[in-house]
Amino acid sequence: MFGKLTIDALPLYSWVAMGGATITVGGALLVMLGITYFGRWRYLWVEWLTSVDHKRIGIMYIVLALIMLLRGFVDAIMMRSQQAFALNSDGYLPPDHFDQIFSSHGTIMIFFMAMPFMTGLLNIAVPLQIGTRDVAFPFLNSVSLWLTASGAALVMISLVIGKFSTAGWTGYPPYSGIAYSPDVGVDYWIWALLISGVGSTLAGINFVVTIIKRRAPGMTLMRMPLFTWTALITSVLMVFAFPALTVACAMLGLDRLLGMHFFTNEAGGNLMNYINLFWIWGHPEVYILILPAFGMFSEVVATFSRKRLFGYKSLVYATAAIGLLSFSVWLHHFFTMGSSENVNAVFGIATMIIAVPTGVKIFDWLFTMYRGRIHFHPSMYWTIGFIVTFVIGGASGVLLAIPPVDYLMHNSTFLVAHFHNVIIPGVLFGYLAGFTYWFPKAMGFTLDERWGIRSFWLWLIGFYLAFMPLYVLGFLGMPRRMETYNVAEWQPYLIVAALGAVLVLLGIGCQVMQVIVSVRDWRQRRDLSGDPWDARTMEWMTSSPPPAYNFAVIPTVEGRDAFQDKKEKRIAYRRPERYEDIFMPKSTGVGVILGGLSFVLGFSMVWHIWWLVILCGLAMLAAVIVRCFDDDPDFCIPAAQVEATEAQRLEVMALAEKPLQEAERDPAFATQMLPGRTT
Amino acid sequence: MSDMASAITPREREEAENLEQREFGFWLYLMSDAIIFALLFATYVVMTVGTAGGPSGKDLFSLGHTFAETMTLLCSSITFGMAWLAAKAGRKQQVLMWLMVTFVLGAGFIALEISEFAGMIAVEAGPDRSGFLSAFFALVGTHGLHVSFGLIFILVMSGQIAVRGLNHYSMSRLFRLGLFWHFLDIVWIAIFSIVYLPGLL
Amino acid sequence: MDTTTSKGEPGLRNYLTGFVLALVLTAIPFGLVATGALSRSATLVVIAIAALAQVFVHLRCFLHLSFKDTPRENILAMAFAAVLIFIMVGGSLWIMLDLNARMMI
Repeated sequence: MFGKLTIDALPLYSWVAMGGATITVGGALLVMLGITYFGRWRYLWVEWLTSVDHKRIGIMYIVLALIMLLRGFVDAIMMRSQQAFALNSDGYLPPDHFDQIFSSHGTIMIFFMAMPFMTGLLNIAVPLQIGTRDVAFPFLNSVSLWLTASGAALVMISLVIGKFSTAGWTGYPPYSGIAYSPDVGVDYWIWALLISGVGSTLAGINFVVTIIKRRAPGMTLMRMPLFTWTALITSVLMVFAFPALTVACAMLGLDRLLGMHFFTNEAGGNLMNYINLFWIWGHPEVYILILPAFGMFSEVVATFSRKRLFGYKSLVYATAAIGLLSFSVWLHHFFTMGSSENVNAVFGIATMIIAVPTGVKIFDWLFTMYRGRIHFHPSMYWTIGFIVTFVIGGASGVLLAIPPVDYLMHNSTFLVAHFHNVIIPGVLFGYLAGFTYWFPKAMGFTLDERWGIRSFWLWLIGFYLAFMPLYVLGFLGMPRRMETYNVAEWQPYLIVAALGAVLVLLGIGCQVMQVIVSVRDWRQRRDLSGDPWDARTMEWMTSSPPPAYNFAVIPTVEGRDAFQDKKEKRIAYRRPERYEDIFMPKSTGVGVILGGLSFVLGFSMVWHIWWLVILCGLAMLAAVIVRCFDDDPDFCIPAAQVEATEAQRLEVMALAEKPLQEAERDPAFATQMLPGRTT
Repeated sequence: MSDMASAITPREREEAENLEQREFGFWLYLMSDAIIFALLFATYVVMTVGTAGGPSGKDLFSLGHTFAETMTLLCSSITFGMAWLAAKAGRKQQVLMWLMVTFVLGAGFIALEISEFAGMIAVEAGPDRSGFLSAFFALVGTHGLHVSFGLIFILVMSGQIAVRGLNHYSMSRLFRLGLFWHFLDIVWIAIFSIVYLPGLL
Repeated sequence: MDTTTSKGEPGLRNYLTGFVLALVLTAIPFGLVATGALSRSATLVVIAIAALAQVFVHLRCFLHLSFKDTPRENILAMAFAAVLIFIMVGGSLWIMLDLNARMMI
């Protein structure tokens, strides 16, 4: 009836595991109780869960990412504290635990923190930047979100029911095969990846079509904001890279479930093929993560240097080059696995070549700042911290690109230091810069800057303390993923690293404070003009947050930096002659239902509850077919309502000039457009 | 489509643009599917040596059977083309008839494939016998799974056209179904050229 | 989307031409394998060429792909996919066959 599921699946065997399970279940219950107490279930369903509005979906993606950042970071702190004390001792985490933790840390950070964070920021900014009302496939957008959430839920529930994979975030067979990992952990991992992978592929398709087909009139490709360019290339990468992950995970799943021999040691299996397939996805994936971050830096640097972006064309070509080259370097993740010299050499050279366009970008950003009037907004701090720190990581990458060097450093902590040294300053600082930059656009009020700067310094110093020692440890011979060790020389470095993690924890604490303080003071922090940074791109032309339809009249673009161009021509806020009825796509529950069904499907696959698998599969098919008969359901926003909304907007903008106290007494505040209102 | 160009109102133009976007999006999905199949082919080729002492292609494949499958699928592509031509001419009943023929041929293909798989499993040459067989079943099976979904797609389309007629949405969807169906026939060309024919040599 | 054919003849002719060509391009490789007329490597070459040709027939006659009528972005997407397939499949075969050789499989 319940497949392999029994009461033994509960983590009663370990206090650490029980702690994790209790916090997970407790947290979920607390949230649900809170929603019930405030009577917001209907509001949540109508305004958020069923929304197909890219702005709402973007916010939900980011909420998911921030929650998973906390979970992934707890894993990190546990690992750092374990390693700081585990000299000649077992620490407080037995090996099986430690292995689950490093596996979930990587899996969560890549798939359920970075990917949703990126997709969320793409959702919020891209349609506004290109002057359109929504993405090409709003319903599919909702489906992508809920499939991603379903994958995250599968990882979270493994804390409570069963265990997680101990095979690392990469899941190499034969260790991840059924013979060596007979328990459910790897299955959770496979299904979390398969389900969220479909979501990512669909999101990629969505944004390619949106950017290619829905740009405002006059916005040629070479007039698009840099962030949109990076979003386009990233989306192309998503469409073409994720199939490789799907194939690798599906084959591993077939091996485990049906006893097939893709990757087994015996019966003609070839485990290297998994590694080959996985990294065909894996390398483009890291560029999927970093290219949007580079796009965000481009926007931030131009805005806060009060200057046009330097070398726009070179940035576009560099991005395109990186996109194409990212498919040609994947073997550098397994130099040591036995290929002949020519194979290693070719991929090593390709890896070094791909560093060049990124170098070009760094210079473009530096030249943008040169002779600019720099405003030290927190986003700018993140950007400068990125430029300095990422270059070190990139350099260590070029070092690792040399196969003989990699033979010494592969799977040592040097490697761990390298990839964190590019991911944290590159991806995470970029997304945090984007988060701070676009927060007022999405939410209607700015984030507190002092707490933002405090969190930046703690993150930056914490990062250096946490990861620079790992470079040294790599040279001293320490392998990665060690639960215990007996080399006394390593311990001081690991203690410093743990201290670094504590500083990052404080940095995260500052970010939590930043959000709390900003929400507390939202009235004073309101973005009344819609353009708090005096920026250059069209998302800043709308109100904060924008109305459901984004633009009352689709703008016409006459140059690069379209908004700045309009400001200079004094036509940015020109009232249109007439307003038209606007048709927007209707909300629907099918997306969240499909997500929920996919979660149950994944869970039942893990536990071999076959009747439930079939039921969910059929239900999902039925839901899709039902949706197919619902041709383009939309609702009309009458022209009069559009006109009223726009008039109110212009009034509020005028208020931005008044002193704050007077403005607070103004009745217009009560009806201000906030997230959570559809009018 | 020529009649789309005569759409005047902004709403009709928006609708036409939306349908164009869906067609492009579906095309991109097919490109991602092409990558999946390409990697399954690469895996198959790499694993032809992984027979682990078990049966190889020569022992298992049948030229006649493969030819029957090929002809069935090819004919179904033609009959779908006939359905599309009828749709362009606005002949609803003909469309439904040709779609039904396509469905029958497609179902015939699946039946042939299932009998082939069953036959192999019966002689202990199932996907769990060796790496080579796992790769074979994954590649050909994935194609068969796609065809099966195509059959469901045909049924749904027939239902929609029967109930709603040949409006713009049905035409656009039928077009996408055509892309899907012809794409699967192209993959089949690769399958018999890379798997069956070389396997029988 | 196809805008050239309106009704009847031209569209039908396209499909029938494609059908006949596809039949021929199927019969040749099947026939060669059935009769064993050519050497193994020659047969493989003919199979490959016939397959590629038939793929083009399908793209042209059934999918109506043409440089003139097909939207540019569709062609670009297909070209990009082709490049990537070449890199991924070619790279995988190179890597895996190299590894197989070194492991004397």
